[in-house]
Amino acid sequence: MKFTDLILQTATKLLVFIILTFSVYVLFNGHHHPGGGFIGGLITSSAVVLLYIAFDAQTVREYLPIDFKLVGVVGVLLAVGTATTSLLLGQPFLTGHHVEVTLPFIGELELGSALIFDIGVYLTVIGTTLTIITSISRDE
Amino acid sequence: MSLLHFAVLAPFLFAIIVPALYKLIRRVHTGWFVLGIPIVLFAYFIRFLPLDPAAGPIVHTIPWISQLDIHFTVYVDGLSLLLALIITGVGSLVVLYSIFYMSRREALHNFYVYLLCFMGAMLGVVLSDNLLVLYTFWEITSFSSFLLIAYWYQRKNSRYGATKSLLITIFGGFAMLLGFIMLFVATGTLSVREMISQAATLADHPLFVPAMLLVLLGAMTKSAQFPFHIWLPDAMEAPTPISAYLHSATMVKAGVFLVARLTPVFGGHMLWFWLITIFAIITLFWGSFMAIKQFDLKAMLAYSTISQLGLIMSLLGIGSLALHPDYMHIDLFAAAVLAAIFHLINHSIFKGCLFMVIGILDHELGTRDIRKLGGLMGFMPISFTITLIGAFSMAGLPPFSGFLSKEMFFTGVLTAADHIGGWVTLIPIIAWVASILTFVYCMILVFKTFTGKHKPELLDKKPDEASIGMLISPAILASLVIVLFFFPNILSGSILEPALLAVLPTVSADVLHIQAWHGWNMELFMTIGVVLLGTLLFLGLSRWVRVFDYLPQTYTLNYAFNQGLSGMERISSRITGGYMTGFTRDYLTYIFAFLIVMTGWSLWSQEAFVWDMSTNAHIYLYEYVIGIALAVSAIFIVFSTTRLNAIIALSIVGFLMSLLFINFRAPDLALTQLVVETISTALFLLCFYFLPKLRKELTRIPLRISNLIISVGVGLTLTLIGLSTQGHRLFQPIAEYYEQAEALTGARNIVNAILVDFRGFDTMLEIVVLFMAGIGVFTLVKLRRSRRNDA
Repeated sequence: MKFTDLILQTATKLLVFIILTFSVYVLFNGHHHPGGGFIGGLITSSAVVLLYIAFDAQTVREYLPIDFKLVGVVGVLLAVGTATTSLLLGQPFLTGHHVEVTLPFIGELELGSALIFDIGVYLTVIGTTLTIITSISRDE
Repeated sequence: MSLLHFAVLAPFLFAIIVPALYKLIRRVHTGWFVLGIPIVLFAYFIRFLPLDPAAGPIVHTIPWISQLDIHFTVYVDGLSLLLALIITGVGSLVVLYSIFYMSRREALHNFYVYLLCFMGAMLGVVLSDNLLVLYTFWEITSFSSFLLIAYWYQRKNSRYGATKSLLITIFGGFAMLLGFIMLFVATGTLSVREMISQAATLADHPLFVPAMLLVLLGAMTKSAQFPFHIWLPDAMEAPTPISAYLHSATMVKAGVFLVARLTPVFGGHMLWFWLITIFAIITLFWGSFMAIKQFDLKAMLAYSTISQLGLIMSLLGIGSLALHPDYMHIDLFAAAVLAAIFHLINHSIFKGCLFMVIGILDHELGTRDIRKLGGLMGFMPISFTITLIGAFSMAGLPPFSGFLSKEMFFTGVLTAADHIGGWVTLIPIIAWVASILTFVYCMILVFKTFTGKHKPELLDKKPDEASIGMLISPAILASLVIVLFFFPNILSGSILEPALLAVLPTVSADVLHIQAWHGWNMELFMTIGVVLLGTLLFLGLSRWVRVFDYLPQTYTLNYAFNQGLSGMERISSRITGGYMTGFTRDYLTYIFAFLIVMTGWSLWSQEAFVWDMSTNAHIYLYEYVIGIALAVSAIFIVFSTTRLNAIIALSIVGFLMSLLFINFRAPDLALTQLVVETISTALFLLCFYFLPKLRKELTRIPLRISNLIISVGVGLTLTLIGLSTQGHRLFQPIAEYYEQAEALTGARNIVNAILVDFRGFDTMLEIVVLFMAGIGVFTLVKLRRSRRNDA
């Protein structure tokens, strides 16, 4: 199905970046405010889906040459790896750690294993949804 | 962890780096790296000699799962040390031989990884004290045997042989596991040594006989005893070094080992004696009889192995009577066990040697069909000599070590006949006939192959002596055969006596002197009879070989196995096919029906339904509005006639739900619902293209009725449950715990803290499942596409 909708395409070019920025915001904001890896991942996926709707699959694949299966693999490994790290430190599986660092200009920043775990969730969700969507849409 | 544990695990550990060695260093045959492992282990184990029987076994324990009494305990006594020496000794020679046998173009890393896994597992079997650990290693030997038989998996016969051996040995393995568990129930321990110490009281336990039967099933399948022997001839599809190692010298001895190991527990019981001896004698006879019929030299050796295993087993059966209170002549029965142990060593040596020579023939000539071979003596003098030594030892002729153990075997069966009488008197006769048949096939093996007319027109290659590297291993084994004939007593004090004491702890060590010359006794006359009659039968072979035509051709044990297997496949595919229809709607029906029945039933049987609205908050007007809109769009889905309308109505339901979440101040849920709804609508529109027309489905009335019942049922059940949860507060709500989220995890967002921290394990497994589902969809779509391209 190839069709050209100039208004949709122009709007999409703009919107995709806003959605992507928002998704990253939601991901990192999730610790204290609504959001998190799962929602962030879904929002990112919706941005890519928008691209697929506005442009044809060929074009999207050209500009976004990413193997989404690999993204999923990285995500799962990141999440499982974070969980296992505490095991290596002699603590029960999935024990969380977090430290607060104060950086110049940025201010107080909180770094925790929960965040890395959440990034794993984020990547897995993107990888899975987009693997499913691209493989079905390619089947034409 | 002791050095002994490390010795068991070393082959496994080395197996990890074998693929890397194979990939990185292509110029050197991978076997050269592997060779070090068995040699070092052999040297390590031989340092245990001489064992001091008075000091007891050497034991090392690693506590493992204490709650279940499972510990990784290894111990060295005479029996386990003997087997460990055979495993590593023959293992070294086999690896050396394989370096010249296996071409460097083959997938050597697979070969050596499997081989090393087998070696480690086999060491684990013989050295383990804990029965469940032993069982684990036991099954690893079955699996590595499977992988090695199927090494040339491109061949149909290899796959068939591998599957067959796996099915039969694993069947026995499971039975054995059950037997072990019964023993555990009866004794309260999994340690073999502790079981032996309780042996006296164990015999009265009601589980004693079932446990014995099940354990014997395991031993008999592994050691290819009649009627389970049918897997061994098919296992000959493995590369010849493997046949020499697993299927003659070591793995098939595991069953023999198990019987010997558990003799102090079960021995002395008449049933143990009868079962082992009868099946072993049948095996001995049948194996030697069938060996004569074979044209393939490896098949002949396979049947010969079956027969020889029967011989060893029958000796163990007879010897177990040494523990029976009614039989006074302990030493005479103990001599049978000694013969079993001695023949076990001899058989490993001469059969390994014979397999290697047959491998050489196969390698040099491209065939092992006896009808194509002949007159090779002049071309391959060294191979001929080695075959002669191995085969004559198997036939029980002097001056080869097989003669000694064969004489001891005759002594054993005569003892049994003397002291028990009755039907047992038949045993020496059957044994004698089997020995004659053994003699005949040994002669066939030597003389049909190496003498007679040379038939170059049937051979693809010109016969020539093998390279020196291939000849080293069989030559070493052949020279051992002769050395052991002249000096059998180098073994007796050092290893045979401790091994005997491990099997029969109560026996005195007087029986131990092995000698070639006993005077003109019955055994010698039996051997002379074997030689005379055997020679006659061999020379007149063409006249009586038609006997085999009278055997049933179709209704064989193999036929029963194949029919049973395909029958089971048919039944299971019919059962599976009955409910796996391939329609998602059917699967959903099962799931929902189950849900209705289980939850509805428990709601009803527990009388849990409560209608209590008193604690509800006030419902505002806009909440009514959202609720009514939800209901209307849901009803619209049911009555919509096109799929597009249904999809749009469904997403309206979803978006209204997220509005409801916002209203209840759950921004996380609302956000998630919103995005999920967006993406699933997009997905739906993508799939839309492939779905069948809705109208066609709608016209089928029975389908609509069943759908109606199920959807009303699910809706009703879940609504009732939802309403009832209001009235029940069985436990303290967990919400208060979650409110400490910031203190515990540093997160102010409780929902997120639950997801990534409190219930992080859930999340982790969920994303793994999610990803697996994604890969599943990808694979299905890809398969569909490639199938369409093929068509």
